[in-house]
Amino acid sequence: MTTTTLRRSPAGTGVPGKLSAALLGRLRNVWGMTRRNLVHISREPMQLSDVTIQPVLFTVLFVYIFGGGIPIPHGSYKDFALAGLLALNLVTSTMGTAVGLSTDLHGGIIDRFRALPMWQAAVLVGRSFADLMTSCICALIVAVTGLAVGWRPDAGVVSVIGGFALVLFFAYSLSWIAACVGLNSKSPESAASFGFIVLFPLAFVSNAMVPTQHMPGWLQAVADWNPVSAVTAGARQLWGNPNPSAAIHAWPMQHPVEAGLLWSALILAIAAPLASYFFRRRMTE
Amino acid sequence: MPNDVMIEAADLAKRYGETQALAGVDFSVPGGSILGLLGPNGAGKTTAVRILTTLARPDAGRATVAGVDVALHPAEVRRHIGVAAQDATLDGLLTGRQNLVLTGELSGMSRTASRRRAAGLLAQFELTDASDRVLKGYSGGMRRRLDLAAAMMTRPPVLFLDEPTTGLDPVSRQRVWAAVRELTADGVTVLLTTQYLDEADALADRIVVIDHGRVIANGTPQELKEASRSARLEVTLAAPYPGAAEAIGSLTAGPVRLSDDGRRLSAGVDSAPGLATSVVRALDAAGVLVDNVEVRQPSLDDVFFSLTGDHLGPEDDHPGNGAAGHEGARPEMEGAGA
Repeated sequence: MTTTTLRRSPAGTGVPGKLSAALLGRLRNVWGMTRRNLVHISREPMQLSDVTIQPVLFTVLFVYIFGGGIPIPHGSYKDFALAGLLALNLVTSTMGTAVGLSTDLHGGIIDRFRALPMWQAAVLVGRSFADLMTSCICALIVAVTGLAVGWRPDAGVVSVIGGFALVLFFAYSLSWIAACVGLNSKSPESAASFGFIVLFPLAFVSNAMVPTQHMPGWLQAVADWNPVSAVTAGARQLWGNPNPSAAIHAWPMQHPVEAGLLWSALILAIAAPLASYFFRRRMTE
Repeated sequence: MPNDVMIEAADLAKRYGETQALAGVDFSVPGGSILGLLGPNGAGKTTAVRILTTLARPDAGRATVAGVDVALHPAEVRRHIGVAAQDATLDGLLTGRQNLVLTGELSGMSRTASRRRAAGLLAQFELTDASDRVLKGYSGGMRRRLDLAAAMMTRPPVLFLDEPTTGLDPVSRQRVWAAVRELTADGVTVLLTTQYLDEADALADRIVVIDHGRVIANGTPQELKEASRSARLEVTLAAPYPGAAEAIGSLTAGPVRLSDDGRRLSAGVDSAPGLATSVVRALDAAGVLVDNVEVRQPSLDDVFFSLTGDHLGPEDDHPGNGAAGHEGARPEMEGAGA
């Protein structure tokens, strides 16, 4: 009786090829963990406030309150601001990955997962997928709010979607840094402080909400090489929106899409293996 | 598979920082039987379970479950075990049903099989009415039963239950006990840790008592009771009487203890025929009026007391363990439950 159930396990014989069976098992584990995290969000919608309410709030705040005081050459502030708002919201929401992982590790539930015949890293990968999905919801809300306040992209559909994808890919790579933080934090609360100490400066010392030309020289150099500036400028370029950074000679500002992709790939290439190392270390007792 | 050894621990040792949680523990559990792992807080029970369930690696020694080495092939061991841990290890934001289905699916069961099995277990543990409620609203007893159900999702041949009834009301305890008994009827091997002697007495085929990370006794409940030969004499007098203790002194095996009100005497005695009669005669000869005489056979509690010099019970702080009430806690978790 026991064996009939166990034969269905990832290493079972149902699918030809041991490798594909193992892979399928892992994918099912990841999907299971992803679904679990999505159910969490549906149970506590306020958890999502940083990707639902915050984008609306920030859009209104920047476009109507600060926007009037920030002149944008060859365009309106709202057309300039939307790519920045997308980056700002997605970057700060990666804090959720750090807090979510930390919460899982500090509760007893991780012991249950560890004693199950599952791919243990699904805890990590499932978290990152669930957070990617909430990022997509966030991007959608930013887009709808933007359209409501009068933002209009001036490019083809593929190019506009490409702009969203560029920022989403960057946020996904950042979530792996957030995972490293969550895996090393002493508590979910300390994981949350990562958002204020790292993510907010990262998002604001950039061209996201203001052109960098008005910043002091050294700060402008930092901002122009900030990956957030690259993906923001890249999105503006792909959306056909005003992009004052195109006048800056720094390489990432001249090639924002390439720079954004390179930054994201680089971060992912370093942070993902690191997170999996930290995870394995945390799982050893 | 019955009669094969399904769980074996050989000279297991594990240290957490300053604390030697296990200092060379041996025991084995034959297939289809229940082993009760007994000991005070901090004795090493949870550490032993953590090693056997692949959550912790032993510093020394060897452990096998279903014949598979837990340190060498942890992933293989996990296919054969179900675990109901001491901490709440279920997801508070999922419903009872979702928790079970998730456990099944993560273990490699198909969605349909998981759903069917979950429905069956929910019914078995009388949780059907609550099955679609979020776990946060469950009582302690309901959570423990769901924990047990989750451990049984894949019908594992070996189950580890770490203090399955701690904090439960008597009715819930009885339900858990009934479920555990049913399991062994199906040939499942169970290792359960407990602080309750009556629980070990009621469920376990064999009992291993550990203290300070070592096995201090190992046998059937009956054997352990017989090993502690002495019975207990309890006498209640009609009124305090100064010479009463001296009057029965020759019949007892140890010093006679007097209660604060001077009416109750108690002492260890060697079981002998007609002992109660001799006691009453001796007291009568001394002119003492007796209300009640009782010669009590040793309980496992007495056995345990004589073995460890310690009482069992969650409220006991055991010396040598800093984290009160949370034995075997990993260093970073210390203090969390205190």
